[in-house]
Amino acid sequence: MKSLPTLKDVDRERRLFRTRVMVACVFMVLAVMLIIGRLVWLQVLQHTHFTTLSHENRLKIVPLAPPRGLIFSRDGVVLAENRPSFSLVVVPENAGDIGAAVRELGALIELGEETLEQFSRELEFARRFEHVVLKSDLTPEEVAVFSVNRFRFPGFAIEAGLSRHYPLGESMAHIVGYVGRISEADLKTIDRADYRATSHIGKIGVEKARENLLHGSAGYQRVEVNAQGRVLRVVERTPPVPGADLHLTVDARLQAAAIEALDGRKGAIVALDPATGGILVFASEPSFDPNEFVNGISRSLYRSWSTSADRPLFNRALQGQYPPGSTIKPLVALVGLENGLREPKQTTWCPGWYSLPGDAHRYRDWLRRGHGHVDMKHSIAHSCDVYYYDLAHDLGIERLHDGLVRFGLGEITGVDIPGESSGLVPSVKWKRRARKLPWYPGETLIAGIGQGFMLTTPLQLAHATGIIAMRGDVLIPHFLDQFDGGNGADTILTPEIYRRPSVQLRNAAFWDEAIDGMVEVVHGATGTARRSGVDAPVRFAGKTGTAQVFGIAQNVDAKDQELPEHLQDHALFVAFAPIEQPQIAIAVIVEHGGGGSSTAAPIARRLLDVYFEDAAREPHEGVDG
Amino acid sequence: MVRPQSLLFRMHIDVPLLGAVLLMCTLGMVVLYSASDQSLDVLFKQAVRILIGLCAMIGIAQISPSRLARWAPAIYLVGLGLLALVLIMGTGRGAQRWLDFGFVRFQPSELMKLAVPLTVAGFMADKVLPPRSRTTAVALVLVLLPAALIIEQPDLGTAILVASSGLFVLFFGGISWGFMRNCTILGLAAAPLAWFSMHDYQRRRVLTLFDPEQDPLGAGYHIIQSTIAVGSGGLNGKGWLNGSQSHLEFLPERATDFIFAVYCEEFGLVGVLVLLLAYAMIIVRSIQIALDAQEMFGKLIAASLTLTLFTYIFVNMGMVTGQLPVVGVPLPMVSYGGTSLVTILIGFGILMSVQTHRKFIVDT
Repeated sequence: MKSLPTLKDVDRERRLFRTRVMVACVFMVLAVMLIIGRLVWLQVLQHTHFTTLSHENRLKIVPLAPPRGLIFSRDGVVLAENRPSFSLVVVPENAGDIGAAVRELGALIELGEETLEQFSRELEFARRFEHVVLKSDLTPEEVAVFSVNRFRFPGFAIEAGLSRHYPLGESMAHIVGYVGRISEADLKTIDRADYRATSHIGKIGVEKARENLLHGSAGYQRVEVNAQGRVLRVVERTPPVPGADLHLTVDARLQAAAIEALDGRKGAIVALDPATGGILVFASEPSFDPNEFVNGISRSLYRSWSTSADRPLFNRALQGQYPPGSTIKPLVALVGLENGLREPKQTTWCPGWYSLPGDAHRYRDWLRRGHGHVDMKHSIAHSCDVYYYDLAHDLGIERLHDGLVRFGLGEITGVDIPGESSGLVPSVKWKRRARKLPWYPGETLIAGIGQGFMLTTPLQLAHATGIIAMRGDVLIPHFLDQFDGGNGADTILTPEIYRRPSVQLRNAAFWDEAIDGMVEVVHGATGTARRSGVDAPVRFAGKTGTAQVFGIAQNVDAKDQELPEHLQDHALFVAFAPIEQPQIAIAVIVEHGGGGSSTAAPIARRLLDVYFEDAAREPHEGVDG
Repeated sequence: MVRPQSLLFRMHIDVPLLGAVLLMCTLGMVVLYSASDQSLDVLFKQAVRILIGLCAMIGIAQISPSRLARWAPAIYLVGLGLLALVLIMGTGRGAQRWLDFGFVRFQPSELMKLAVPLTVAGFMADKVLPPRSRTTAVALVLVLLPAALIIEQPDLGTAILVASSGLFVLFFGGISWGFMRNCTILGLAAAPLAWFSMHDYQRRRVLTLFDPEQDPLGAGYHIIQSTIAVGSGGLNGKGWLNGSQSHLEFLPERATDFIFAVYCEEFGLVGVLVLLLAYAMIIVRSIQIALDAQEMFGKLIAASLTLTLFTYIFVNMGMVTGQLPVVGVPLPMVSYGGTSLVTILIGFGILMSVQTHRKFIVDT
């Protein structure tokens, strides 16, 4: 071995390398010939064979859309259903001259300007070889007319499917919401494979919040299709799993009564079962017809709704933020008791105004002549402002803030539909951060009567009233009672999943002090809502409120002023009944409705009448069933 | 006579090679646009990867071949360590191929596609050629060690490609024909052994290669659908964006490993010849660089990288046209995917380094 040369012979090595490169080149050329030979075989000699294969029987996997779950009210009324519908669709690649075809179709089937506009927009963004909807929800006549003439329109077809329909329309729109076509933004949040066959998705309300329950799971079928994509034969089928049917806590009859009681005025009504948190009524007026959104709302209608001064699309019950006004007084009274600053029988002298020490400014009571000596019960019953100016001053804004937040004000309740507003309970920190201003003592006073910066949603007011009614039990307001079928097959929801740590007061008897005051509001001889308590089906507790929209100079009596409607006060009323073992807690807001006692309280009373009339007629059915 | 050096040459860029590569990448983007169902998103991502790859290519070209040869063993050892790490803690579907560093996912086997030929070439360049048996033995160990680790992942396709990139160096180094013949005989004899050590999916792929109709919905589906796509393309193709076989979603992996089928369906045999011509431009220029190289290291690495590139092209086309088993090799510079693209462009960077760091540039 050692005898072999160890010196590098550069020339010899280069010659060797050159030879090897030549050999490699020959190999490469041969390999390329092999590939080209194969391609000639496939693409030239066997071309017809493969073209046939490509054009004729081909196996394709077609996803199957699961039927969307239905939505029912507590009393069994269908709130959302699926109706058979027919759409006229086209695969542009198979249609030839689309413009001419659409013009010809226009002679057979009415195609409005909006329809055509939408079609051309969708045509632009369509994926190749996928169908585009020309017109949805065809009438049976239109289906028949097209079917007879179908041969004239290659590439066009009628597609049968299910279309979402909301039988109660406007009245449930702000609860159930609606579905719409899946958008680019939606695609980012869903499992695309599962939505391959699905065209619609929940956009707002329960439809959006419970999308994963309602949707179900896609199925698949393996089919033989021809070159036009027409299905020739189903080879194999995996059926879709239908979406779950939802049973809401909402009572359709009570909801209808609430809307009727509002009588065309703008406002919101929320009623819930304080023992479970289940929402019975969730009305926001004016409302809109959700069916218009399902297959794409026309631009002009959307514009008119979104620019209307009445704001029908705005969910007042969920997102409307109003000053709570005097409805907050029972809560402030509880905060005073809890902090040991007031005894129930302790009285405050009300001369009709209040001044901070060393300040001449007079904070007026709504009753100009004053309430005289007022204890806690009567401060609530008569809604004495001075009592609460004084109490708020003693508490200071921080303790007031911390106390009110315990009742769920200033933060979202966690209700199971999206878009909730949090309202606002002001604090020194908040004002410095949001307004870059220091806190003034006078602002504490007006916060004590639910004015100034303080804002609450109707839902929060009903929720807080429910907490008082239950003497501290906190249950998250919710719409979903039960669901069955779907992927979660027959899951039983217990009220306990909605329970949160309760509000514990130093002394449980404090609750009754606030509640006694609220009963006196309705049933006392001088309560602010005594007219609404006459001949009530059950004794109930309530509190009126009037929220100032417009600051009036301190020496002018508001009643002397003729204010334009949009500057008039909001009317509020909160209530619950029965006083022991409460079943319903209500918050009513009538925008620019004037006084809480004259406008809002009768609406709540009407609702209680309907509720207890129903309860009396049908023997109590298990709510927990 | 010394040729005046152009600016690009002083920047260590080989203009003919760069031109051919850019042409190829452009052609790739055109096909990818169709294969991805006209997704601008995909196109944009690929463009970013091409840019990253080009930067890496130009960066590598600045490093002289002698320095590359010095660094190669260190890179090789790091790669080997990472391969071992993948086996311990890698992520990937079914097979463990990736290392996840949080900010970036990395496939060490990709690194070895370059590290192995560099190391073997560096090792052999100073030895007497044709190599003695001891040199050959050491070189074989250098090649087979990483290949064995990659087979364990298991990723047979990549293991074969990594091994062949190293073996090509041995081939160009002048290893004797007799030795190669003996190895081939030994390999054939060991084939039954390999069969029993294969994973189920690998066996199925080999079997369906011989008879795709056996399993039309499973492993044979790829091959049947891609040959239909290729065959129905005919001489002139169905036209860009018009491949029904591709767009009706019959064709799996159509933006990645099977993108050649989309190309064949839409551009036909004529189009394929154009594509082969574009590849030929790159390969001819690369061979020229290998022949012009003055150092043996440069010659060996340039020639082996060229032959490796050709192997990728051949294996992918063979796979798509149903001549080779489905081993998951992308079509260079056309298939969607970042790692292999960057590796290939870095390979061109090495070629440019070999070409532009020559000591005597003589006009012949």
